[in-house]
Amino acid sequence: MSAAAMIELDAVDKWYGQNHVLKSVDLRIARGEVVVVCGPSGSGKSTLIKCINALERCERGRIVIDGVSVGDPNTDLPKLRARIGMVFQHFELYPHMHVLDNISLAQRHVLKRPRAEAEARATALLARVGLADKARAYPSELSGGQQQRVAIARALAMDPIAMLFDEPTSALDPEMISEVLDVMTSLARDGMTMVVVTHEMGFARAVADRVVFMHEGEILEARPTADFFRAPQSERARVFLSKVLAH
Amino acid sequence: MTGFDWGVIVRALPFLWDGMTVSLMLTAAGIVGGIVFGTLLATMRLSPVRAVAALAALYVNTFRSLPLILILFWFYFLMPFAIGRPIGAFPSAITAFVMFEAAYFCEIIRAGIMSVPRGQALAAKATGMTPWQTMRLVILPQAFRAMTPVMLTQSIVMFQDTSLVYVITLRDFMTAASIVAGRDGRVIELYCFAAAVYFVLCFTASVAVRATRRRVAA
Repeated sequence: MSAAAMIELDAVDKWYGQNHVLKSVDLRIARGEVVVVCGPSGSGKSTLIKCINALERCERGRIVIDGVSVGDPNTDLPKLRARIGMVFQHFELYPHMHVLDNISLAQRHVLKRPRAEAEARATALLARVGLADKARAYPSELSGGQQQRVAIARALAMDPIAMLFDEPTSALDPEMISEVLDVMTSLARDGMTMVVVTHEMGFARAVADRVVFMHEGEILEARPTADFFRAPQSERARVFLSKVLAH
Repeated sequence: MTGFDWGVIVRALPFLWDGMTVSLMLTAAGIVGGIVFGTLLATMRLSPVRAVAALAALYVNTFRSLPLILILFWFYFLMPFAIGRPIGAFPSAITAFVMFEAAYFCEIIRAGIMSVPRGQALAAKATGMTPWQTMRLVILPQAFRAMTPVMLTQSIVMFQDTSLVYVITLRDFMTAASIVAGRDGRVIELYCFAAAVYFVLCFTASVAVRATRRRVAA
């Protein structure tokens, strides 16, 4: 593994009350690497990526992003989060503002970019995700796939050093999944560091450098994509793959 | 009785208007002050710091357990003792209204904040917003939108409650009407007129509430 890890998790443990949701998780993600995290629901995938940008706090262990320790009390968490893009299962666009404002809001208030600059950046990103004509639309006027592409643009507008995707296509109708995956694929091709929680094994096979398989809070496998799909080492992963690939 | 004399109302209009000015000013102050202070209380009640939340809860529960008339008395008669000089009926009424209404607005706004899905706050935080920015830019605008009809209803009730300030010698619209009624011996005319004015104002406002409710629902 390269020395310049972008994201580093070191013996991370997390509990929800009595529930041990992350069990001594170790993971190093290199700059530019694309990692797909999969596993049955309740295995801790979402919690894992929410710990990376400290939307969830872990009780034990160390998480370091580009040299900055997430657990350090001196770390400015809002500032750190501003550098990590996140895309949610349910999009979470702000319903009270149109698309351009959705993408400009954090640029203006967090990065302190002037409005014109923020909107220019937003417009450029909208074009990139194929929604140049939707700048003045409200989220409720867009399809799920379009909303998720706006959400990706909103995250990219902060010029993140890494992107986290929390089941970005799980809430989408089947015919809209590919338009979101296409945007993610092009991001990966551009060298973005990405951690993607998803059941889309086709995307994993085509785009991921590595696949992480989780079960009951543990990482059972973290292997190069081709190896993982050719011969999963754990019985759990074999069962999981046979189920998700069956349909 | 030799029939009704509606002319008495016309002659008393300037006096009644002065009363209406008091009622409207108290209502306006109660709305503005109540929303500002109530928003502060609501964010305190939702604070993860227990002591802060408990303090706000104590305030809200206390003021919601006391009748408005008692709070009006309290500020009028006790505040001068507390600060060492008389503060006058109008300032003490405004203080009482703001503090009383803040307790009610707090609960309305708190419900509004809680009606905003949790994912909205996560999304805002994930883009690097501070908790205060998240509240101000993402949560509160949505909460207020959802809560506008309830807040308007609360404001209508408050407008009607301003008639209670007669107990501390202030002359609101209702008090002015009853003074004229007593002075000129025209009880029926004045009380019918007062009822008509309250009805027209409050009914118009509640129609506006229904309109905003439809707009919010859409």
